[in-house]
Amino acid sequence: MLRGLYAIIYKESRHILRDPKTLFLMLVIPSLELTIFGYAVNLDVKNIPTVVYNLDGREASRKLIDTFVNTGYFQIRGEVGSDAELKRAIVAGKAKVGIKIPPDYTDTLLSGRKTQVQMLIDGSDSTSALQALNTGNAIAMLASLDILAETLGAAALPVEMRPRVLFNPDMKTANFMVPGLVGVIMQVVIMLLTAFAIVREKEQGTLEQLMVTPVSRLGLILGKLVPYGLVGIGETISVLLLMRFLFEVPIEGSLLYLAGFTLVFLFTTLSLGLLISTLTDNQIQALQFSFLILLPSFLLSGFMFPQETMPKVIYVIGQCVPATYFIHILRGIILRDAPIEALLPSGIVLACMGIAVITVATLRFHKTLA
Amino acid sequence: MSTETYPASPARPTIIKAVDLTRRFGPFTAVDHINLDIEEGDIFGFLGPNGSGKTTVIRMLCGLLRPTEGAAKVLGNDVTRDSEAVKRSIGYMSQQFSLYGDLSVMENLKFYAGIYGIPRRERAARIEEVINIVGIGDYRKQLALRLSGGWKQRLALACALVHRPKLMFLDEPTAGIDPVARRDLWNLLFDLAGQGVTFFVSTHYMDEAERCSHIGYIYYSKLIVYGTPSELKRMPEVTPDGAIRLELRAGQIAAAMRCLNTFPYVLDATIFADVVHVLTEEHTEQRIVDDLGRHGFPNASVQPIPATLEDVFVTLSREKERQRNA
Repeated sequence: MLRGLYAIIYKESRHILRDPKTLFLMLVIPSLELTIFGYAVNLDVKNIPTVVYNLDGREASRKLIDTFVNTGYFQIRGEVGSDAELKRAIVAGKAKVGIKIPPDYTDTLLSGRKTQVQMLIDGSDSTSALQALNTGNAIAMLASLDILAETLGAAALPVEMRPRVLFNPDMKTANFMVPGLVGVIMQVVIMLLTAFAIVREKEQGTLEQLMVTPVSRLGLILGKLVPYGLVGIGETISVLLLMRFLFEVPIEGSLLYLAGFTLVFLFTTLSLGLLISTLTDNQIQALQFSFLILLPSFLLSGFMFPQETMPKVIYVIGQCVPATYFIHILRGIILRDAPIEALLPSGIVLACMGIAVITVATLRFHKTLA
Repeated sequence: MSTETYPASPARPTIIKAVDLTRRFGPFTAVDHINLDIEEGDIFGFLGPNGSGKTTVIRMLCGLLRPTEGAAKVLGNDVTRDSEAVKRSIGYMSQQFSLYGDLSVMENLKFYAGIYGIPRRERAARIEEVINIVGIGDYRKQLALRLSGGWKQRLALACALVHRPKLMFLDEPTAGIDPVARRDLWNLLFDLAGQGVTFFVSTHYMDEAERCSHIGYIYYSKLIVYGTPSELKRMPEVTPDGAIRLELRAGQIAAAMRCLNTFPYVLDATIFADVVHVLTEEHTEQRIVDDLGRHGFPNASVQPIPATLEDVFVTLSREKERQRNA
């Protein structure tokens, strides 16, 4: 049943090793992509450039500015001397936030009346704008509460919300995005590699020669999977190392689980590559065909957008790509140290997908022509 | 327990037996009821124009393509039911180079030795054996894609021989390689045939056809002739009773041929390089020279020749064409 398996493994390994340039690229490109995208996909808003127009200038107003700076979200880029200058700084893109403190700020506060601080926000960058807006409101609220508490003579505020973010306390985007990115990149690279490995033989006419030999279907298919599986393992290790040490995303869960589930995912992805190669006649077609899987892997897998908010149909499509399950597993293990019961369902789906796909691929792969 | 009253031929076993082998692709019949009977040690030359069905026949006999109708046995195995057994016992060399260019000569051989399941301890010896047969020993480490056309074909032959097949299929093995390499390859085939290997070779070259022990000619999906080269040349359809073949030399060969075709006693005329082969009624040698002289070809000369294989194929193709059009 496995006739010719070793010979095919031998031959494929030769192909891979003969071409060190490709081997190098196979190992380096995923790392490169992870590095580039890992830095690019960053939703953290820190150090929003801010200018200040302080007409008051006394102790209380300086304290307010300090409060802004101490949140870490604002970085004072300078002081301006007029309303026009304040506006110009934002229009010119020098600052995204402008804070204007009125001349009677301290006096009004001392007299116990209501004062107004103006905050100009550049709304063209919605993420920063939202962050600035929320933080600004919170600062005003806290300042007011302090004053009220003092006036009323209360020692402490009656209700205090103490939010604690579990698992990613700093809310670093990288911690959330990078494990997903690992899944998506593996999906792309390994699937294409495998698909190309067989389609190339079709293009070169060597597949016909193989079909006249007594090599078995399973021997041929597994013989192709094993060497590319090894390359895939190498790639996974390199991107995980990058994730851990370049992006400093700690791996909370068990490395053993991580390794086990990754193998299942590799198997499914390699099988998909094989299936594509049985459906197409040349590398161009294979590439086009892979987009059917690649785009949902990026957009619908929960890698970028939360799946919960997707319309039903789109959600279902998202559930059909292996990356969805692998990303779920990766985030579970890496970020939350999720228990095995929580990971197993996704793992089982992945395994079933893999078995189904390789069965179809093997059945489609006849040793006869037409 | 043969029911035949006498044996058809003594001793030599049948290697390929095809009965009404037919393959259709949709409405198109690529191979139409072909019968073949090839015996051990034969070099069977398979000829026919492009697209006439040669490759389809070979693919069916190798178990690559299922026959739509009819059956074939190759080395005793049915090509439909036991295609894997067929594949184990034959060697196959396709038209285009189909080895791995980025693998060395040795690596290609090792790969095929593995694929054909040659036991590990015999492998090295077997590889040396085929290296010696095709004489590629100096190129062991060379990448296959860097070999010249002739050497590529030798390597392909070596790979196809590594499991010592009793039958080899060669699909246009000499297409696009130089004449010296072509001759060398054929000498190799004769050596192997002498050792009992049977060959099924498709080709376009007449000189190669002349060297085969048996020839089949396929035309528009039908095998229209099958026999030894000398049998074919003696076929009555090729040189009918009361007709002779002449080789004619004249000044302007193309014009002379057009002129010949107007003579009522000339049955057929075909240009071969710088001469015309004429099929004409008996005793018209002098008449042709005289008639051509009158039409402005004063230096024409003729001499009788036996039919060549090319004459055979041209005559038979024309005959079939006439039947198709009728």
